Amino acid sequence: MIDFFTQNISDIVLKTWEHFYISIIALLLGAIVAIPLGVVLSKTTRLAKIILAITSVFQTLPSLAILAIMIPFLGVGKVPAIIALFIYTLLPILNNTFIGMKSVNGDLKKAGISMGMTQMQSVWMVELPLAIPVIMAGIRLSAVYVIAWATLASYIGAGGLGDFVFNGLNLYQTDLIIGGAVLVTVLALLTDFILSKLEIWVTPKGLKVEK
Amino acid sequence: MLSIQNLTKTYRGGKKAVDNLTIDIEKGEFIAFIGTSGSGKTTALRMINRMVEPTSGKILLDGTDLSKMNPVQLRRQIGYVIQQIGLMPHMTIRDNITLVPKLLKWDKEEKNKVAERLIELVNLPTSYLDMYPAQLSGGQQQRIGVVRALAANQDIILMDEPFGALDPITRDTLQDLMKDLQVRLGKTVIFVTHDMDEAIKLADRICIMHDGKVVQFDTPDNILSNPANDFVRDFIGSHRLIQNKPSVKTVDEVMINPISITIEKSLDEALRLMVSKRVDTLFVTDADKRLIGFLNVESFTGPQRNRQSIDEVMQREVVYVKTGTKLQDSVRRILKRNLQNIPVVDDDKRLIGLITRANIVDTIYDTIWGDEKEENALLVNDITTEEESV
Repeated sequence: MIDFFTQNISDIVLKTWEHFYISIIALLLGAIVAIPLGVVLSKTTRLAKIILAITSVFQTLPSLAILAIMIPFLGVGKVPAIIALFIYTLLPILNNTFIGMKSVNGDLKKAGISMGMTQMQSVWMVELPLAIPVIMAGIRLSAVYVIAWATLASYIGAGGLGDFVFNGLNLYQTDLIIGGAVLVTVLALLTDFILSKLEIWVTPKGLKVEK
Repeated sequence: MLSIQNLTKTYRGGKKAVDNLTIDIEKGEFIAFIGTSGSGKTTALRMINRMVEPTSGKILLDGTDLSKMNPVQLRRQIGYVIQQIGLMPHMTIRDNITLVPKLLKWDKEEKNKVAERLIELVNLPTSYLDMYPAQLSGGQQQRIGVVRALAANQDIILMDEPFGALDPITRDTLQDLMKDLQVRLGKTVIFVTHDMDEAIKLADRICIMHDGKVVQFDTPDNILSNPANDFVRDFIGSHRLIQNKPSVKTVDEVMINPISITIEKSLDEALRLMVSKRVDTLFVTDADKRLIGFLNVESFTGPQRNRQSIDEVMQREVVYVKTGTKLQDSVRRILKRNLQNIPVVDDDKRLIGLITRANIVDTIYDTIWGDEKEENALLVNDITTEEESV
């Protein structure tokens, strides 16, 4: 096991970096699409139900299947992997943005509107800041998922820590499998930790103060 | 200023929340809408800032039909204080106060000036401006809620049961504060409540509503002396009717001369004055005789012992009544706040008199044994002089 780490050190750094940036790009894309969409959906109850149902269906598709489906359309490599992972990040972020926006105290929304806020101002100045903790929870959840699933992306040639796991499987080398898995876990925990700091940082100060 | 004409709101299912409401509101008036829940008072209020659109009828603001105005612009001109305080928890007190100025794109300096002026208006330190709502008590938060509605110089303030969730003492303080601000700044206030005491205390005219219709719209005195029908009589309660029957005395008739001192004097002089006049409360005024605080025995003991000037030790929160206040109102206040006495001030807040508990007892004796006046005169005099020293 120690041998695995000492012998592959340069490879480990490279693969971890690959793994990390595939995941992060997918996550960022997911946030860029899902947060605005969630905000819009929170204003239209009926459409929201339909869209959330559709994204839930995507979520139930086996990740290996989605990766495989990508091949005829986009070939192999990092791009199809990122797109497949991006689809997976959508639901948790979308769901949490929707719930976060919906759970903002109605009296506060009403207070804002009755003081002369437009709908847009209400979203920017009241609803989004108050929904941040819930939205961030969705992003953290997505991040952990996406790092775990990115392991499979190696299957379609995207690289990443999955390479160790699949090589281990092919060569019957358990230390490669375990080493890869441990690295994925560490990466997921580390990312979650960094995001938890980010969450504290972006949460409005007024929501954190003690009496 | 505000003319409401045949205003009707029918909800789906045909329930009329407000039915043909027609009233005129003058500039500078304090109007209370009162009624049981479901009487349509809140719906009526919300139609004024177009949070609810009327089914028929119209509201004219200085002759302009509200339905022709942009609702967002309209709402920025009308102050609004809601029941559940409604301060934005993620904004500082400063940002909360200057929310409407921000929507109106005032520059930063102007906003800061307004925030500082307004927070002083409600007797809170300016250091609170950079705190968050969660750090303030409920009463302090609602003070901010009140001044927030004044920040952009709104002429009309709508208040939807603003003090309903507060404890009785805080509510009382805020009512006084609100009335004072309204009179001083000449604002038109439309206030929704279900508390008759509150309506009587604050309003110039009360609009009693039932099932969406106006039952009576008149001054508190007229409503109390001539209730329009049995509903109004039940609603205001028999105890208030009786209360209002005997010839109404004002505080001016019974108040005594207060002992006071000007603020620049030394603590030593203050103490000597209290001893020589045998009083336990000494009122502090500025050079113009304006009431700014008071000293009592506690001011000379405890942690403040080392302080040097009156300014440092005096209590600044004085509960007072204005000249012309009905005696029963000041009695209510003394009892509710558990005060020993209550100073009387004129419109410029100059100290002109003092009502004490013994004072009030005198008046009660007077009413009960009024015909034995001769005999009592001596006694009353006795007590009055004694009173100054209590």
